[in-house]
Amino acid sequence: MAREVSRRRKTVVTIIAWAIGLLIFFPILWTILTSFKTEAEAIADPPSLFFFDWTLENYEVVGERSNYGKFLWNSVILAVGSTIFGLMIAIPSAWSMAFQPGKRTKDVMMWMLSTKMMPAVGVLFPIYILARNTGLFDTHILLIVVLMLMNLPIIIWMLYTYFKEIPVDILEAARMDGASLKSEIIYVLTPMALPGIASTMLLNIILAWNEAFWTLNLTTINAAPLTAFIASYSSPEGLFYAKLSAASTMAIAPILIMGWFSQKQLVRGLTFGAVK
Amino acid sequence: MATQHSRSAAKLMNAPAVFLLLVWMLVPLCMTLYFSFLDYRPLRGVYEWADGFENYARFVSSSSFTDSVLTTLIMVGGILMITVIGGVLLALLLDQPIWGQGIVRILVIAPFFVMPTVSALVWKNMFMNPVNGLFAYLWKFFGATPIDWLSQAPIFSIVWIVSWQWLPFATLILLTAIQSLDSEQMEAAEMDGASALSRFAYITLPHLARAITVVVLIQTIFLLSIFAEIFVTTNGAFGTRTLTYLVYQRVLESQNIGLGSAGGIIAVILANIVAIFLMRIVGKNLDN
Repeated sequence: MAREVSRRRKTVVTIIAWAIGLLIFFPILWTILTSFKTEAEAIADPPSLFFFDWTLENYEVVGERSNYGKFLWNSVILAVGSTIFGLMIAIPSAWSMAFQPGKRTKDVMMWMLSTKMMPAVGVLFPIYILARNTGLFDTHILLIVVLMLMNLPIIIWMLYTYFKEIPVDILEAARMDGASLKSEIIYVLTPMALPGIASTMLLNIILAWNEAFWTLNLTTINAAPLTAFIASYSSPEGLFYAKLSAASTMAIAPILIMGWFSQKQLVRGLTFGAVK
Repeated sequence: MATQHSRSAAKLMNAPAVFLLLVWMLVPLCMTLYFSFLDYRPLRGVYEWADGFENYARFVSSSSFTDSVLTTLIMVGGILMITVIGGVLLALLLDQPIWGQGIVRILVIAPFFVMPTVSALVWKNMFMNPVNGLFAYLWKFFGATPIDWLSQAPIFSIVWIVSWQWLPFATLILLTAIQSLDSEQMEAAEMDGASALSRFAYITLPHLARAITVVVLIQTIFLLSIFAEIFVTTNGAFGTRTLTYLVYQRVLESQNIGLGSAGGIIAVILANIVAIFLMRIVGKNLDN
C-alpha cells in the first residue's frame, strides 16, 4: 500500500519536474530548433515545433560571413588565454596560502575576494583611457589580462578550497622521506590536485567566454569575441531569426556542454566555499 | 613544521597574485577618484578642476540619479524575489526522487551557461517581439492584443530575462544546501507526525537560511552591474537605466568624464555596503 502511494507520488513529481525543466529549457531548445528553419518558417504563423523542412542553410550563411570565424577564434583565445594566465598566477598563490599559511593569510584571502566586489563601471573610464593611450585597445593581450584579473580572486579561492582538502599527513610523510619542496610539489601535490585544477579551469573558461562588460566596451573589431558578435545582431539583423539562432547556437553550444560537466564545481567556485 | 626557507618561498609564490590584484584595484580606482574632481569633457576640450564636490553634488541631485537608483532597486529586488522563491521551490522539487533526475537538473541549469548577449537577444526578438515573437502568437491565439514587451513593460521584461539566467544559480546552490540536510532529523520529525509544511518551515527553511543569504548577497553583487542585458534590449530607454548604465552613458556616450566618475565612485560605495555583509559570512566560514 505504502509502496503504491510512493510510486504514484514519484510519477506525479516526475511529470511536474520534467514539465518545469522543459519550460525553463524551452528558450534554448527553441533557439536551436529555429536555427534549422528557413527565415520564412522561423516567423511562420502558426509556429511549428518540429515539423518543418530542416535545413543547414543558416549555419552555412553565418559561417560564410567572413568574420564569424574570427569572432569565434577571439572567444577561444580570450577564454583559454586568460584561463592559462590566471592559473599560472593562481596556482602558486593558492598553494602557498593553503600549505604555508601565515598570520595574515585569512586577511589576504578576504582582501582578494573584496577586489571582486568592485563594480566594473567604477573603473571603466580609467581602463578605457589607459587602453587607448597605450595602444592596447581592442587587442587580445588587453582582454586576456583584464579577464584574467577579473576572475583571479575566484580561481584562487576555488583552488584554495581544493588544496585544503589534500591531507597534510601525506606532505609530512614526503618531507620526512627527504623530499625537497620542488619534488614535493611535482610528485606529491600535483597528482592529487589535478582534478581540482581541471574543474577550476573549466569554470574560468565558462566565465571568460560569457563575460560581456569588458568585451563589449574594450573591443571593436580585432579582438571582439562572440559576445560582441551576437550584440551586433541587436538590430536590424536580429530580425533574421533563423540566422540569429544559428549564430546563437554556435556561440553557446561549447559552453553548455562544458557547463553540464562542471555543475557541481560551479557551486564551490561561485560561493567562495560558503555553501557546501 | 614550516621552515624559514619554505615560508619565504611561500611569500614569493603569493607575490604575483597580490601585486597584480593590488595594481588592478588601486590604480584605476585612484584614477576614477581623481577624474571625479575634474570638469573633464574631451569632446569639448574641457579639462580643469571642478569646484570641490561639484560633480558629486550634480550627479546625486539630478533626477536621472534618483530614477536610476529606483530602477536598480526595483530590478534587483524583483530578480532576487523570483530567483530565491523559485530557487527554493525548484530545489525542493529536484531533491525528490524522480525518474531522469540528472537530465532534469541539466535542463534547469542550462540557462546559466548562455552568454548574456545571446539570452537578451533571443528573448527580445524571438519571444518578446510584438509582431513575430512567440508571446505575440500566444496572445493572438487567445484573442488578446500582443504586447510590445520592451516598450510597454520594459523593467518587467528585463527582470524576466535576467531571472531566467540566474534562477539556475539559485537553484543549484539551494539544492546543494538541501542535500546536506540531515535525513535522520527529517525522519524523526516525520515519525512524530510533523506535517510536510511544518517540516519545511521548522527544519528545511532554517537549514537553508545561510544558503539563501549567500545567494542573495552574491546575486546582488552581480546584479548591481547588469550591463549586456540592458545594452542589447533597450539601451537604457523606457526607464530601464540602472545606476551602472547611467554611469556608462555619462562616461562613454556623453563623455562627461568628471560627472560619470563621480557616479562611478558612488556605485563603488553602494556595492561595497552589500559586499561587507557577504564578506562577513564568508569570513566566518573560513574559520571553521
